[in-house]
Amino acid sequence: MMQREALPALLALTIIAVLVAGAFVALAAGAVGDGEALAALGQGYIWRAARFTLVQAVISTALSVGLAIPVARAIARRPAFPGRRLLILLLTVPLALPSLVAVFGIVTVWGRAGWLASLTGIAPPLYGLAGILIAHVFFNLPFAVLMLTARLESIPAETWRLARQLGFGPAAVWRLIEWPAIRAGLPGAAAVILLICVTSFTVILTLGGGPWATTLEVAIYQALRFDFDPPRAVLLALLQMALCLALMAGLRATGAPMAPMVGVGRARGWQPDVRGNLGDGLLMIAVGLFVGLPILATVASALANLAAVSSEAGTIGRAVLTSLAIAAAAASLSVGAAWSLVIAARGQDWTGALARRVAGNGAVLLVVPPFVIGAGWFLLLNRAGLAFALAPLAIIAINALMSLPFALRILMAAEEALGADLNRLCANLGLSGWTRFRLIDLPRHAHAFAFAAALSAALSLGDLGIAALFGSERLLTLPLLLQQRMGSYRQADAAALAGLLAALCLLIFAAAGHAARRRTEADAP
Amino acid sequence: MRRLSLASSLLAAILAATAPASAAETLTVYTYEGFPADYGPGPAIKTAFEKECQCTLDWVTAGDGVALLNRLKLEGANSHADVVLGLDTSLTAEARATGLFEAHGITPKALAIPTPWTDDQFLPYDYAHFAVVYDSEKLKSPPKSLAELVDGPADQKIALEDPRTSTPGLGFLLWMKEVYGDKAGEAWGRLKGRVLSVAPGWTEAYGLFTKGEAPMVLSYTTSPAYHVVAEKVTRYQAASFAEGHYLQIEVAGLVKSSAHKDLAKKFLAFMMTPGFQDAIPTGNWMFPAAATSAPLPDAFNALVKPAKTFLYTPEEVAKNRKAWIDEWLAAMGK
Repeated sequence: MMQREALPALLALTIIAVLVAGAFVALAAGAVGDGEALAALGQGYIWRAARFTLVQAVISTALSVGLAIPVARAIARRPAFPGRRLLILLLTVPLALPSLVAVFGIVTVWGRAGWLASLTGIAPPLYGLAGILIAHVFFNLPFAVLMLTARLESIPAETWRLARQLGFGPAAVWRLIEWPAIRAGLPGAAAVILLICVTSFTVILTLGGGPWATTLEVAIYQALRFDFDPPRAVLLALLQMALCLALMAGLRATGAPMAPMVGVGRARGWQPDVRGNLGDGLLMIAVGLFVGLPILATVASALANLAAVSSEAGTIGRAVLTSLAIAAAAASLSVGAAWSLVIAARGQDWTGALARRVAGNGAVLLVVPPFVIGAGWFLLLNRAGLAFALAPLAIIAINALMSLPFALRILMAAEEALGADLNRLCANLGLSGWTRFRLIDLPRHAHAFAFAAALSAALSLGDLGIAALFGSERLLTLPLLLQQRMGSYRQADAAALAGLLAALCLLIFAAAGHAARRRTEADAP
Repeated sequence: MRRLSLASSLLAAILAATAPASAAETLTVYTYEGFPADYGPGPAIKTAFEKECQCTLDWVTAGDGVALLNRLKLEGANSHADVVLGLDTSLTAEARATGLFEAHGITPKALAIPTPWTDDQFLPYDYAHFAVVYDSEKLKSPPKSLAELVDGPADQKIALEDPRTSTPGLGFLLWMKEVYGDKAGEAWGRLKGRVLSVAPGWTEAYGLFTKGEAPMVLSYTTSPAYHVVAEKVTRYQAASFAEGHYLQIEVAGLVKSSAHKDLAKKFLAFMMTPGFQDAIPTGNWMFPAAATSAPLPDAFNALVKPAKTFLYTPEEVAKNRKAWIDEWLAAMGK
């Protein structure tokens, strides 16, 4: 017997499987290609690319996650730090910025003619591994910090009260309370980050300084685009997925489930030691600058160039509406699917086990190159004569798929922090379905829902690849408009649009945060 | 799923609001992004052609020339395209091999490009030579030849494009091959020290250049004209290379599966007239492939005029591209 609660999850999983497999099969079977796809695996080129992919991804992830631990701890234990909310808002932006925009923000700060160079007279060695790492940490440190902060903040007030009564010192607080909470969140966050770095493309080529820095994603792009050899592209995409699954298995082995800490309040309310105050403050300021300066560069350049686009309010307004519509629809789908999996994962039968397995490995969706899925579905829909009519739906579905791993990670983390005891409690009280969602899940997970939805929306908002494949003049999104301007010498226009995009992301996260706070306060006892 | 249908109806509404009113016959032209943009040559061409043909011209865009060809390959015989506009001479052999194009049947008498033209399936509409564009405020003595670029000081950097992912990148690779032949690999090895970045496309490379990260970038002889005409900025100049420059010719072709072939042929013929060509210089920032009704802006007369033009045949490019990219990888990838 299968629980009724698992039905939406099974539906979602079926759709995901069809989306991914359909694209792969369509590309592998239906298209041209020289039938020598397998020969690609014999090339030293591919294996060098695979090795570089893994090396840069592992270093980038280690740096992002390693730095995130002290930063998350500082944010979690200094609730009264001035500018804390601004810092958290800033941290939400990088993941959603199209890499093209972020790279130029980073170049403005770290480049040979950048702010740092003009301040110190010494140009940082941006082009090479250093640049790749700076960019990857810029993209991913914020996500790691937000995920780990959420873990620390989910430690219930009861635990802190107990720690105070027992007279814990900072070392004991770290060893017995903070580290277990962080450690439980590490593998999940690290897996997502690792996979984002694996699929890095624009950053690698623009800042890598030469073809020695070639990732598998570059080879896949090359296979599908310049060589138009879909079977080879599919094969390389599968190779990339296999490598990532292996990496994730390794990562999971390092993680440990957190002993659930049941409690009502989440307020920390107690601090074992104030000596760390200065250090925490400096750390938060440093991260704020590291993440904030490239964003500031983007926004400043936008403000300076606003005049360039002021006459085109119509075109830009339409692009904003199109982008927002796509983002809202994709975020709804992605959060809905992620939540259905979270519910199913509560089950004790095979569906529960399946959902937990998917939740553990779902991040691997991140390494399915969106342009491979896009091309596959374009091929299928086109054969049915529907590529034009269904383009908006395809763009939404693929964007939802690409943001699903994030939504899933965020909601699963929130659920894990609540613990299984709550499920037993709800079962005892006969709370299930909609009633449970309204009374228990929504208030407890309000922040997670808001964050997941905002992040999914922002990711879709910043998407370039998928919309480009299906795009036409009638389906012009903001990033497409930006890319178009930049590709036609119009860098002033592009700068203004980039600022607009960053502002929209900030607005989405601010609105989501506001909604979550209102929701939480409304339900506070 | 209610949200989904809500969203899709919202999108449909947006689509409907921006779709052109349907007219008698519609010509669908696939082109690259930027061509039909407000500031691009598209709008003027559309107006001029629609006045002549009593029809509707509909643009459909894909990223760039390569994306355009891929789009057509993905669509195959199901394509909505009547005309594909925006391939270049490095792509036409591959495009021809798809069998998706047919002879245009036009004798381009008005054609004015720096090389003889005999292709029966593709017609040029504009061209420019590749060139190293430099910032004259930072670089007082720019290289005067490819040799000076290759063997110049390592602290004066150049931003290049990747031949695996971009057309200008491939163009520069072919240029190096024309000049250095069998020694191209060694030349790349010497140039390597001057390379700031091998960006995925022109957009990223040119962005690095205008941000001041490198005083040189691989672009087109026509790039300075944009800065002079549109921005009144004269600091960006193209370097004239003694060996000569590699040519890029942009072409359009008639799609075999088109249901509006007469109209499509009319459009290709129109392409050779001032109604189309007038929009090219300051819309696409390339040289027109045929006469315009008025002389080009002064800024175009001041541009570099290559002493010699390099151009491999499309077949040579198609045959050797992979081997030459491997040679480049071996020299640059270490």
